Amino acid sequence: MRDVAVIGVGMLRFGELWEKSLRDLCVEASLAAIRDAGVERIDSLVVGCMASGLFTEQEHLSNLLADSLGMGPVPATRVECACASGGVALRSGLMEVASGMSEIVLVVGAEKMTDVSGEACTATLATAADQEYEAFCGATFPGLSAMIARAYMEKFGATSAQLAAVAVKNHANGALNPLAQYQSKITVEEVLKSIMVADPLHVLDCSPVSDGAAACILCPLERAAKLSRKAPVRISGVGFATDSIALYRRPELTRLPAIELSAQRAFKMAGRKPSDIQVAELHDAFTIMEICALEEVGIVERGQGAQAAPAGRTALNGPIPVNTSGGLKSKGHPVGATGVAQAHEIVLQLRGEAGPRQVKGARIGLTQNMGGTGGSSVVHIFEA
Amino acid sequence: MITARVWRERRQRYLNEAARCKGCGRIHFPPRQVCDACRGSDFEAVRLAETGKVLSWSIIRVPPPAFAQEAPYAVAVLEMDDGARMMAQVADVAPEEMRTGMRVRLEFRKIRQYGRTGIIAYGHKAVPVA
Repeated sequence: MRDVAVIGVGMLRFGELWEKSLRDLCVEASLAAIRDAGVERIDSLVVGCMASGLFTEQEHLSNLLADSLGMGPVPATRVECACASGGVALRSGLMEVASGMSEIVLVVGAEKMTDVSGEACTATLATAADQEYEAFCGATFPGLSAMIARAYMEKFGATSAQLAAVAVKNHANGALNPLAQYQSKITVEEVLKSIMVADPLHVLDCSPVSDGAAACILCPLERAAKLSRKAPVRISGVGFATDSIALYRRPELTRLPAIELSAQRAFKMAGRKPSDIQVAELHDAFTIMEICALEEVGIVERGQGAQAAPAGRTALNGPIPVNTSGGLKSKGHPVGATGVAQAHEIVLQLRGEAGPRQVKGARIGLTQNMGGTGGSSVVHIFEA
Repeated sequence: MITARVWRERRQRYLNEAARCKGCGRIHFPPRQVCDACRGSDFEAVRLAETGKVLSWSIIRVPPPAFAQEAPYAVAVLEMDDGARMMAQVADVAPEEMRTGMRVRLEFRKIRQYGRTGIIAYGHKAVPVA
């Protein structure tokens, strides 16, 4: 396998983008990444999107994007893995380049969520769960995460205020990110006073409904210097793992084994260990998920996840900054875009282009992107 | 939504039919074609235990459209007395009465109505055991 580098990234500000269609989002992010890399052509494209059919009645998104970019004849593939669609699309693009099948690959993640009502959005997100046996009885996506949160809080004595500290930290980071949906700080009190969505999760424990897209350009590391003026960021490891789609089938409700396994696989491929990571983007669709992911990836010890944010361990100026972009919570979570947007943030950090939220001297970063309630997880490790 | 989708699940939803793996003895609900514990594919139909306990739960306050009239309602991960796991609504309980470890019994209830066709799906809800 060839070493693969990211030579360009692009993203538009996430949010409720009423004036932009799914097509507009994909094209704008793609053009931004192509401009950033300074490449003239691409050989293949992969787009990650969870539910363009249900959200916008558009399938065949890969073809739509190739056409809209005027890149007609290139092969174009759509990848779906619920909220991990973007991260899994990145892995697919990586494999195309690593295998020698393609030279320059455009990877895009996108989702347009605000063209349907809030209720329809809730129902669409619930399709990431087991439709016949979880969604059937009225369980929602926040509801399933709430059951993990309750089990975790009861087992480890974690509190709602500790969960809220994750949202507070990520909003503080998002306030420094011009591409974040919410660029405002919040307090623990505000989180705890916000309405309950699914006990014990408040609305401010949950990532928002967002429109958005992000993109990156991959090429063989050995050709990076010739193809682009940008400093290449090498993807040194990738790991992908699955688990039962239904939460109720997991032996231990406080564990997300797919995250642990995907991280172990990525660390093994990269020849790295959790303590080597200097900046990480974790899948904080809900505050409890950042806490669980910290433990599963191995950044903190088991049972210690809830104490990390209140103690400042994962703060921007802490020993291991997590979700410097604002995370899904504050940057926004257009589900299919998220995995690629995480890569966008880590590439900026490793290039030293993250502005006021720059982690000084960061050379090794990690992204963790999850689909469903822990049914799928994909981890990438990046090195400057 | 067409009727076949509700009809084809009738044995597990109407008769509480679960599957016991002949290889390792594990009971699965709903029945599966492959046992995820031992990868066996030889099963016998058994009736799911009707009592069990709540392992974790939530109160859904922002429901999907099909459940709009019912919110707030409780959903829970249940462990039945035969070891099978399932997810179900917990009915006849106030949100403040929900507890982890609570004993429950399954009852046959209306679960939801599907879209414009109005097909009614029945299945299990759990109710507290006094």
